[in-house]
Amino acid sequence: MTFMDIVTDVFVVGGGPAAAWAAVKAAEAGATTVVADKGYLGTSGATASAGTGVWYVEPDRTAREAAMASREGLGGYLAERDWMARVLDQTYENMNELASVARYPFPVGGDGRQIRRGLQGPEYMRRMRLRTRRAGVRILDHSPVTELLLDGEGAVAGAAGFGRRSGQAYRVRAGAVVLATGGCAFLSKTLGCDVNTGDGALFAVEAGAELSGMEFSNAYAIAPEFTSVTKTAFYSFATFYRADGSVLEGAGTHSRSVIARTLLSERVFCRLDLAAPAERAAMRLAQPNFFLTFDRLGIDPFAELFPVTLLAEGTVRGTGGVRVTGADCATSVPGLYAAGDTATRELICGGFTGGGSHNAAWAMSSGTWAGRGAARHARSLGARWAARPVTGAGGAGMRPTGSPGGDHREVVAAVQAEVLPYEKNYLRHGDRLRPALASLDGVWTEVRRSLAGQGGEVVRARSAAAMTAHARWMYNAALARTESRGMHRREDFPEADPAQRRRLLTGGLDEVWTLPERSPMAVAS
Amino acid sequence: MIEIVSRTRCVACDKCVEVCPTDVFTRGEDGVPVIARQSDCQTCFMCEAYCPVDALFVAPQVHPLPERPEESRVPLGAYRERIGWGRGRVPGARLAIGPALPGTGGGPLVS
Repeated sequence: MTFMDIVTDVFVVGGGPAAAWAAVKAAEAGATTVVADKGYLGTSGATASAGTGVWYVEPDRTAREAAMASREGLGGYLAERDWMARVLDQTYENMNELASVARYPFPVGGDGRQIRRGLQGPEYMRRMRLRTRRAGVRILDHSPVTELLLDGEGAVAGAAGFGRRSGQAYRVRAGAVVLATGGCAFLSKTLGCDVNTGDGALFAVEAGAELSGMEFSNAYAIAPEFTSVTKTAFYSFATFYRADGSVLEGAGTHSRSVIARTLLSERVFCRLDLAAPAERAAMRLAQPNFFLTFDRLGIDPFAELFPVTLLAEGTVRGTGGVRVTGADCATSVPGLYAAGDTATRELICGGFTGGGSHNAAWAMSSGTWAGRGAARHARSLGARWAARPVTGAGGAGMRPTGSPGGDHREVVAAVQAEVLPYEKNYLRHGDRLRPALASLDGVWTEVRRSLAGQGGEVVRARSAAAMTAHARWMYNAALARTESRGMHRREDFPEADPAQRRRLLTGGLDEVWTLPERSPMAVAS
Repeated sequence: MIEIVSRTRCVACDKCVEVCPTDVFTRGEDGVPVIARQSDCQTCFMCEAYCPVDALFVAPQVHPLPERPEESRVPLGAYRERIGWGRGRVPGARLAIGPALPGTGGGPLVS
């Protein structure tokens, strides 16, 4: 097998908006920059195939104050005002750049001004790819990273991966690495997220980083049964029904647990009967792919009942992820930065995220800061960093402790059996979380002992290992938070406990741990 | 999932092979891409959006259809038209003003 060796100041891992912004901003800061994605920068991830609102608020004091206050309670008061304020500032700047630099065709309102509160995924990411290329960034598509590389002092010094097109392994030596690989949706087929298998979190923890908010990982989105397009906001216009045609009382976009509970024993149906004709037409313009599903199934969603399901979105819509330790989205590992869904979003959302608006704002803001931070770090290393001896940090799925023989498909099925079912992950109870975690611990032991892959198969093995680790971090944190807060609802602890109003840190591989965060992080770098 | 690559429409540009985020296609010997790993398809419709000659059809189901539909009976490449990509079309993003959600008192949803 031939080996490709690359040297660059900043290496960005991922192919969604956070990765693209990180790469653009690192390059604009003067760093030589390479970005590698397991798919294609421009179509990969939760944003490209969807449409998203954006937390874009005019710099008006009252409006900003209201924007920050609106979600604090939902998030269980775990977010921080100074982080929200700087995300609002950065998002405003980036969205205006999209208009002026990327010439994004925002819709124009009745007052003749562009409306910049939302983005169509395909258009946004197509333009972000062009911008990334024009910034001089080298893009490696279909080149999944398999592990980070560490120098002798434990700092991140690059990454290794596999080029699917060339069939060759590659290695990147870098001054700093940005992880922007998305969250983890456990191959649930929720729109655009099968590339999001939590790889970044595994790489980060293997390098010594910790995670935060992993209990906030039980997001589920509504979709027509056996389909992929999740656009939960549009179900605000829905009435939900039982199979006998009676209304399912209490079910709605904000009370999806009623739907989950009902789906355990019977099918749930839906009709968008609250939308007036003008609203129906507007919905088609706002989210064309929402209607692709219905049109191709021959269903009129405004007039006919159709069966629905809930698809797991894990830490894509959930807020947990790699803990950031500075305003530049640094982590506790020197040379390693995290952005987008790979990083925890608790700083601006606490324990709850509804629509994509905050997620999109976080992706572009954290991507910007991580890219600049990584460029600054690379520059601070001086001239000789590329000569550092490096070693691979990867373990599970690529360097088994015993004789290789595991099958990544079986691992994925075993993990999905513990994290997708509503009664385990969504409707949480200690009596169900404990055996689920015990089972996942057993899967991990086997993964660590035997799972490996030759050539390109190492990518699938590593993704399976990442999902196994992710599930264990989620349930370990979920058991540690013995209360209900944000999206984390415990049937055995239905109330919020004021003493637990603090974030939880989680980490570890063979031994997983969860501890309260000692001191809230300040923005000042 | 992706169901159809139209042999009559395909111009062998490899765009779908390039843009598919889950690497479903392989370059065919005669130039027409082959759906080599259908089970990896995540039904995101991106290939259909990017195909410049409307040669692809993605069925909305996240499982393979029991029988491949006939080319003449499906709207090949219709997603591309919906998002306003292609010569002479208005980008869908320019028109994307949705309804205000009930009970929110907020402005129009813009995506």
